[in-house]
Amino acid sequence: MTALLEIRDLHASVGETPILKGINLTINAGEVHAIMGPNGSGKSTMSYVLAGRDGYEVTGGDILMNGESMLEMEPDERARAGMFLAFQYPVELPGVGGMSFLRAAVNARRVEAGEEEIDQLGFVKIVREKARLLGISDEMLKRAVNVGFSGGEKKRYEILQMALLEPRMAVLDETDSGLDVDALRIVSEGVNLLRDPGRAMLVITHYQRLLNHIVPDYVHILAGGRVRKTGGKELALEVEESGYAGIDDAA
Amino acid sequence: MAATTETIEQVKQATGKYKYGFVTDIETDKAPKGLNEDIIRFISAKKDEPEWMLDWRLKAFRRWQTMSSPDWAKLDIPPIDYQDSYYYSAPKSAEKLKSLDEVDPELLATYEKLGIPLNEQKMLANVAVDAVFDSVSVATTFREELSKAGVIFCPISEAIRDYPELVRRYLGSVVPVGDNYFAALNSAVFTDGSFVYIPKGVRCPMELSTYFRINEQNTGQFERTLIIAEDESYVSYLEGCTAPQRDENQLHAAVVELVALKDAEIKYSTVQNWYPGDENGKGGIYNFVTKRGVCRGDRSKISWTQVETGSAITWKYPSCVLRGKDSVGEFYSVALTNNMQQADTGTKMIHIGEGSRSTIISKGISAGRSQNCYRGLVHMQPTAEDARNFTQCDSLLIGDKCGAHTVPYIVSRNPSAKIEHEATTSRISEDQLFYCLQRGIGEEDAVSLIVNGFCKEVMKELPMEFAVEAQKLIGISLEGSVG
Repeated sequence: MTALLEIRDLHASVGETPILKGINLTINAGEVHAIMGPNGSGKSTMSYVLAGRDGYEVTGGDILMNGESMLEMEPDERARAGMFLAFQYPVELPGVGGMSFLRAAVNARRVEAGEEEIDQLGFVKIVREKARLLGISDEMLKRAVNVGFSGGEKKRYEILQMALLEPRMAVLDETDSGLDVDALRIVSEGVNLLRDPGRAMLVITHYQRLLNHIVPDYVHILAGGRVRKTGGKELALEVEESGYAGIDDAA
Repeated sequence: MAATTETIEQVKQATGKYKYGFVTDIETDKAPKGLNEDIIRFISAKKDEPEWMLDWRLKAFRRWQTMSSPDWAKLDIPPIDYQDSYYYSAPKSAEKLKSLDEVDPELLATYEKLGIPLNEQKMLANVAVDAVFDSVSVATTFREELSKAGVIFCPISEAIRDYPELVRRYLGSVVPVGDNYFAALNSAVFTDGSFVYIPKGVRCPMELSTYFRINEQNTGQFERTLIIAEDESYVSYLEGCTAPQRDENQLHAAVVELVALKDAEIKYSTVQNWYPGDENGKGGIYNFVTKRGVCRGDRSKISWTQVETGSAITWKYPSCVLRGKDSVGEFYSVALTNNMQQADTGTKMIHIGEGSRSTIISKGISAGRSQNCYRGLVHMQPTAEDARNFTQCDSLLIGDKCGAHTVPYIVSRNPSAKIEHEATTSRISEDQLFYCLQRGIGEEDAVSLIVNGFCKEVMKELPMEFAVEAQKLIGISLEGSVG
């Protein structure tokens, strides 16, 4: 079986600074992987490298989705091929209406798949339905993208986009940061609803508490730009107890 | 034969047999090159104008000769040889094409992107329209409905003949013949334009659009528009078209005058998409326009909304003279420049009346190697007790080779007047662009989304039918500006 996402000896730099120093990771459809690590371990860099952001340069290795290298693909091409990134800090787009933005994203994917563009009326119905499950009000949908949203609202809005875009591979970058207990629960439930045998997720987090809600199949500890340790969900608890200290030695 | 000799000969032929230079029946449909009093007599005669109109034109021409081209704008204008142009050519009905297959595919592709309906495409591209969409009958239907309401909407050349007392009273009352170099030139040689009169208490039953003046399309390079709104009347006027228009005239010097009487409101919306020249700045229209409205009556209101993406060089400051007590002036503008385009544009709000209020929202977008300058005057005169102005002036830069400039002039001669000015300059951030890309939206669409968001406050002022096309136009005008 071909892995949904395969990261092979990945090296990447930001400017002149090497951040990722040989990452290997195989993620199959239906699996949820968690990446944990201390600040500066390269967690966010990894999410941007997967999404193909400018300025994050791959200096070695490869990233394969369904067996095909993504390195030559632009960020929007990767997105349309099924790569989704839930941002740690979602970006405000002043004046850009939420509905037009969401529809543009959904239609971009449909056009690529050779499907008909979805009309406004039909779309509003779909969005409302999915938004309700995430506690997103109609009023919030009418606002400009992320403008004036609270931290929790922004994160829920990310998950709404994920629900609409139905990605094959979803990377969640510190989705728990800035969330209180209730917001964390709502967001996690939203994510759990999207678990699917055809979809894989990579959950990036600093803290174990998110993994109580989104229970991973595998946990990887990232430090110094490499995966230092891999285990089951219990590995997250170990880290919670003894911290990241000593992980480097384990490599 | 030298151009001047040729001119004299031809004018003699055309006007020689009439004492006052009027002719009703001239075979020639093009005056020779050059600009002099004879040419102006020729134009006036061609249009069968009364003597007062000819005198008015000549007065303007004499003023123009004493003036020089303004050089204070941040524009690099190549010298213009005014003697090397034609000032009169009869509206030619170009030979109709049989079908859209005969039209330049590039033009069609742009129409397609703008979402212009097929029949309109045919009309714009000069293809004979079928019976279902007979443009002349559409225009006629509208005229009937308007005349029922007492609204006059006709070519200004017609108004000069049919409503001389109205035209004489108001023409040049807002923009005097000697107002500025280009206005003087326009006054001397204007070819045609629109005339609108809304009687007292009438709310014009539809948006008036130059588009419906189908048979008068070829108004040429010196367009003249006059709109009069009597007490308690309302009119919304749409000028221009989002479709790219091919035009051989390089210099366009239009004049628009608006008069709003007591409790009247005029809303004037423009979408301008003249040929901007190529990527290297070759070709393109020079758009040197004088637009001004006067709020004469108490509580009257004039609102300018413009979305301008075309022309190689733009020199344009739609203004409001707020004379009436509690009168209101508004200016909402999107000026987008790409490649080598230059724009020096803004507004003037002249507050005279007590309690007069004005709002200026200007959004400038510069891309490519273009230069985009906002220039605006807010002037509170001593009589403008408790007058207020709010100005918001935002610039957006795309790429690192373009320029955005803001030149506000603020004069307050009344201590009770309040003036607020806010200005920002920003770039499309890499964060915003990446966010859109990550959602699968292509780069050009992403830029279009972000820029349209930036312009939203202005776009929402446009009438619905214009707004949708204007949005697409912004996207198209930015094509190739990123990546």
